[in-house]
Amino acid sequence: MGRKITIEPVTRVEGHGKVTIQLDDSGNVSQSRLHIVEFRGFEKFIQGRPYWEAPVLVQRLCGICPVSHHLAAAKALDVIVGAGTGDGLTPVGEKMRRLMHYGQMFQSHALHFFHLASPDLLFGADGDPAIRNVIGVALEHKDLAVQGVMMRKFGQEIIRATAGKKIHGTGAIPGGINKNLSVEERDEFLKGAGPLNIDKMIEWSQAALDFFKGYHAQNKDYIDNFSVFPSSHLSLVRKDGAMDLYHGVIRCIDADGNRLLDDIDYQDYHKHIGEEVKNWSYMKFPYLRKIGMEKGWYTVGPLSRCNTADFIPTPLAQKELELFKAYTNGKPNHMSMHMHWARLIELLHSAEVIKELLNDPDLQKDNLVVKGTKQKEGVGLIEAPRGTLFHHYRINDLDQVEMANLIVSTTNNNEPMNRGVNYVAKANFTGQKEITEGMMNRVEMVIRAYDPCLSCATHALGKMPMEITLLDSNGDILDQSRK
Amino acid sequence: MYGFGNPGRQDDGLGPMIIDKLETENIAGITTDSNYQLNIEDADNISGSDIVIFVDASIDADEPFSFKRIEPSAEITFTTHSMSPESVIALCGDIYGRVPESYVLAIRGYEWEMFEGLTEKAMKNFNEAYRFLLEKIDDMLKQ
Repeated sequence: MGRKITIEPVTRVEGHGKVTIQLDDSGNVSQSRLHIVEFRGFEKFIQGRPYWEAPVLVQRLCGICPVSHHLAAAKALDVIVGAGTGDGLTPVGEKMRRLMHYGQMFQSHALHFFHLASPDLLFGADGDPAIRNVIGVALEHKDLAVQGVMMRKFGQEIIRATAGKKIHGTGAIPGGINKNLSVEERDEFLKGAGPLNIDKMIEWSQAALDFFKGYHAQNKDYIDNFSVFPSSHLSLVRKDGAMDLYHGVIRCIDADGNRLLDDIDYQDYHKHIGEEVKNWSYMKFPYLRKIGMEKGWYTVGPLSRCNTADFIPTPLAQKELELFKAYTNGKPNHMSMHMHWARLIELLHSAEVIKELLNDPDLQKDNLVVKGTKQKEGVGLIEAPRGTLFHHYRINDLDQVEMANLIVSTTNNNEPMNRGVNYVAKANFTGQKEITEGMMNRVEMVIRAYDPCLSCATHALGKMPMEITLLDSNGDILDQSRK
Repeated sequence: MYGFGNPGRQDDGLGPMIIDKLETENIAGITTDSNYQLNIEDADNISGSDIVIFVDASIDADEPFSFKRIEPSAEITFTTHSMSPESVIALCGDIYGRVPESYVLAIRGYEWEMFEGLTEKAMKNFNEAYRFLLEKIDDMLKQ
């Protein structure tokens, strides 16, 4: 009798996710799916609101990455207010936004590695679940836990200084920014007491990378072969091919590294990217129009960005990117667990960018906003920690939002995550008679590597129950538990 | 005083709203903070406090609210990216060697859709919880 194994929800990612694994009568994995169980409705919610509210309203979407949405919305509205895209802002406007964005990247990547990934690496996929978490990391590897907490705090303070406050920041406004960085704020980050200064953050970022490389060297087969499947990779890059997490042009490469899209103005994204809806998930499935729905899917995020970029314009991270690219002889890297490696390269790069920006006197200038001739429509793309984030708005004559389309980073990774789940399920569940917690954790590990955000906007006590359902091949419930 | 929740999801905003109102009282001897959710850096944020009161909405707390002391717990809810108050104080203990006297004020909520503003029933619970909290803070500061 076939079995359907359900893992719900996925631990240590944002929000609700349910994994269903269907076994046939022979015990082979016949199907696996990652279901997204929460309906957002944000695109409808924002219709009718004044457009200038969008950069603050969109932060309601997610408490983990509000800054990414804030900046993507602001970039879209830059076009609408006639400030253009990218180079249209004043130097202080663009650089303050960049500082905010790289602060967000830094704290998000630090959190993911120390809180989500490190327990698996330190304790193993079969480690005792009671300690395979950040509390266990703190007990047995206290230095690592302290660094994780301090790096998060540093990034959050950068966000507070640039966005105005920790949550619902209003730093980015259409056409620019509403505050600059004072000399006192700058010096706090450059020369702050104790570990909360940028040089220490760079040192710890390098140490985190060295930790992963050391772990990888000792567990090469496990890390390299945990989940591998060919994929196209998409991201923004700077016009000269450099990694740029704030602004650029769209580039997409195929599994062999050939360019499918190159130097595309993201205002035209909809000409190149379509969105498919499937009946078993509330999440959409983006695809490249020139390839088609079935094969046009792609991956976004740190691994993709390290694949698409020709170089990184900061020296320490560039050295690390060279090692990364050399590992696959310059070809795209398709190994899912190497996302952790790529993420830590970006952590280091973000710290280096923050230091460069802090030393830039433009941040103390006062010409904060640019306005021009109003347009009816605008698109903002940004490389959020989890991948490329799309915000697209159209306004009416009353300056209200009449259309909003969002493709969030995790939506872009919908198909790759499903493929990762399928790969790991086949490798670990086929022919097995006993389903262990470690096997289920391996499925979750591949999902966690993508650092997905699954609409976790509600955290009321008791609101997020865990339910596991086991179905037979007829769909009848064999067992169900809830906590 | 740490309130957490999403003000864009109806009654999930109970925690931050308590903090917003408390901040207007300008009570000496307390510090306030709020966020969408608790996270690892909150272990550092609370490490210097003698007493911490976490305030959050709850789907199943007693009406109108419950108030209880909590202890450190290494048990993580299904998602450790968003931490429970018990795990935040456990992490504080692990890293800083001390655990503040900690409580959770759980205010009963009813609806969690993407709208701003509390439901009518949650608003009543909010008012009662707020009155209770002011008295509790006064008692604690006198000790």
